[in-house]
Amino acid sequence: MADDKHIGGGHIGGGRIDGPTGTSFVGHEWDGIEELDTPMPRWWLYTFYACIAFALVMVVLYPAIPMLHSASRGTLGWSTHGELEKEMMAEHDRRAPTMRALAMTPIEGLSGNKQLLRTAQEGGRSAFKVYCTQCHGGGAAGGKGYPNLNDDDWLWGGDVATIQQTLEHGVRQPGDDKTRMSQMPAFGRDGILKPEEVQDAVSYVRFVSHQEGANASARRGATLFAGNCAVCHGDNAKGNRTVGAPNLTDGIWLYGGDRDTLTDTVTNARYGIMPAWGSRLDPVTIKMLASYVHSLGGGEASPKAAPAKPLAVAQK
Amino acid sequence: MTSLHDLTAPDEHFFEARRKVFPKAVDGPFRRLKWAIMAVALLIYYVTPWLRWNRGPWAPDQAVLVDLAHRRFYMFSIEIWPHEFYYVAGLLIMAGIGLFLVTSAVGRAWCGYACPQTVWTDLFVHVERAIDGDRNAQIRLQKAPWGPAKIAKRLAKHAIWLAIGALTGGAWIFYFADAPALGQAFVHGTAPFVAYATVGVLTATTYIFGGLMREQVCIYMCPWPRIQSAMLDEKSLTVTYKAWRGEPRTHGLKREAAVQDLEHEGRPSLVALAADPSLAEAIGTGIGDCIDCNACIAVCPTGIDIREGPQIGCITCGLCIDACDGIMAKVGRPSRLIGYTTDLDGRLAASGKEPLPALRRLFRPRTLVYFGAWAGIGLGMLFALGNRTRIDVSVLQTRNPQWVRLSDGSIRNGYIVKVRNMEARPRTVDISIDGLASATLWTEASGRSDASTHLKLDVAPDQVAQTQLFVGGPGSGPERADMVFTVRALDAEGGIARDKTHFERPEHEE
Repeated sequence: MADDKHIGGGHIGGGRIDGPTGTSFVGHEWDGIEELDTPMPRWWLYTFYACIAFALVMVVLYPAIPMLHSASRGTLGWSTHGELEKEMMAEHDRRAPTMRALAMTPIEGLSGNKQLLRTAQEGGRSAFKVYCTQCHGGGAAGGKGYPNLNDDDWLWGGDVATIQQTLEHGVRQPGDDKTRMSQMPAFGRDGILKPEEVQDAVSYVRFVSHQEGANASARRGATLFAGNCAVCHGDNAKGNRTVGAPNLTDGIWLYGGDRDTLTDTVTNARYGIMPAWGSRLDPVTIKMLASYVHSLGGGEASPKAAPAKPLAVAQK
Repeated sequence: MTSLHDLTAPDEHFFEARRKVFPKAVDGPFRRLKWAIMAVALLIYYVTPWLRWNRGPWAPDQAVLVDLAHRRFYMFSIEIWPHEFYYVAGLLIMAGIGLFLVTSAVGRAWCGYACPQTVWTDLFVHVERAIDGDRNAQIRLQKAPWGPAKIAKRLAKHAIWLAIGALTGGAWIFYFADAPALGQAFVHGTAPFVAYATVGVLTATTYIFGGLMREQVCIYMCPWPRIQSAMLDEKSLTVTYKAWRGEPRTHGLKREAAVQDLEHEGRPSLVALAADPSLAEAIGTGIGDCIDCNACIAVCPTGIDIREGPQIGCITCGLCIDACDGIMAKVGRPSRLIGYTTDLDGRLAASGKEPLPALRRLFRPRTLVYFGAWAGIGLGMLFALGNRTRIDVSVLQTRNPQWVRLSDGSIRNGYIVKVRNMEARPRTVDISIDGLASATLWTEASGRSDASTHLKLDVAPDQVAQTQLFVGGPGSGPERADMVFTVRALDAEGGIARDKTHFERPEHEE
């Protein structure tokens, strides 16, 4: 490295000196503009050294040196995981009073406390994204066989307490005596109705839902309906929520209202299921989910208006 | 390897130690102008956060407040919301163009008089003089060995510097919170950590930049001198040593001899010349006005020699003008051997022609274009400020799901409607929809049974009210229909805001 001395010596520019400043040239020239070998201020050098010292201190205090499976730990014991844990604890503590208030307020009472209700709905929005979107979709619009939770049609009822019960006990969950259980016979498959009778029943259903006119098939179907279906779906085909029988006269179909789909439904019946979330989630989360689903636009008023009892602690 | 000694050895010139500047005290019009500007600038800086401005019970009463926590910026009667940040952007652009304008007209006036670095350095230099004495005393003290007197003086100086730094940082935080409340909390130790951290950092930077680094900031750290050297042209005012008058500079015995030579040759004496400048040509080339007294160097706060011509270290503070004028008066020569002039006028004067009046130099295309742009932005912003509405609506259509079929076959769309009430009082607004036949409007709380085409919403003062609205329309119709939400303030002052959106329906009708 004998040439090193050359670099700073100002010899590169042929040793020429700029008259007005007395500084030597570096030797670079652009369109007649030449670069001078002006020395850097010494404090700049000290700032550089200070940065190195700062870096050394950081290396000792904090995790810094990567190794195969981990990194050096640093004498402060700081870690991003630890930091996250601390932040999560702090957040948990911050939420604790609200969560207590949510746990203590019956779900019908939430509507009396705007702030708490909003908290419940927003919490439900988050939980929905984790547990419910797989079947009901991100916007809760459902799909074939999975109910759209935005509309005003409910199999079991759309007031907030009923939604909560459906969430807690699920649909067709064996071993849960409060689970939602509707049993439509497989009329075609089990031979209760002959295939042409199935078609007549379908014609009648399409008649009451204003999709077809009153033809001969539908008239035959009316008799079949009265004998086989009205016990659950009602004489007027408007359904019965206590047994989860859907309203067949409205514009909403869980599986579809066209002839093929209805034929399939009447022939084989449908047995959709939903988990009993009560065994998987804590009661507050279920309460929040119910509040959120109720807020999507189809929520119904509670049958008997429960007096609202806002808790002071929840005002925070 | 090159050792550290090689890098910093004087002959290598890789790094250069700062040459300490000991500016000498001076008096004159430019020094007095600087005092005045310093007084006004510091007064504005320290007093502004304590000014009060009544905005009613719903808004803070601090005249100038940057409320970062609530995203509001208050300046007397003007309140700016985050979405109106273009006013701040406009102010910054005006400040930028204003600097261009000032630079092209009067050179580096910002650097010399108004820059905080200049103002605070001036203040620190003044403190230094009060304790250590003027230039010569300071140099003597610097060279003196350490003793009780020197230690006491150094301690006092740095303590006052730190105190000024702390006051500077202390004043800054009051622009960001209610000043009296924050002041009290700060003293009691209950202010937020960021307040103490800010004061700490600003104390350190003020002390280091104003006390220790001074001209180094201007020469090495600030980008503005670099930009300015590109912006100055031959018609910009700069502090200039008028070499055509001053050279050849002589002093002492040499000057004495030259003067005597002139008198022997029957030429007019310098005293006669002072009385009648038209005799100048008769002098010839024997002696210039500069007596090489170095007064201009002694007073220079950046330690440069102005006689070397325009240079990056010159902040055009004009102190060398004051110093030189004092000397010229003593030796009986006309003042302004060093003075503000343009490069063009300098060349005219050097060749014996009459320079243009300074005022005429100001009016040239470049300054006029800068001024036009600057004033245009300012007037545009004033106009916008005078015509802005203080109520606003933005509608966000729910995209998932785009539409929901209801049991009666009709279609429902969802919207998040945000109404901004930018007045400092609660307001009630009427929200209505237009453009969609037989459409109705309801909220989750009111329910569809009370649906109509209007609904009322209360908006808290200086807040955004957000509400989810449902719009129901017939099941058949175009896939996408235009719709307008209108928000009307229901008080005497009124105000209307609109936002366009759409109503979506399923693709195929059955």
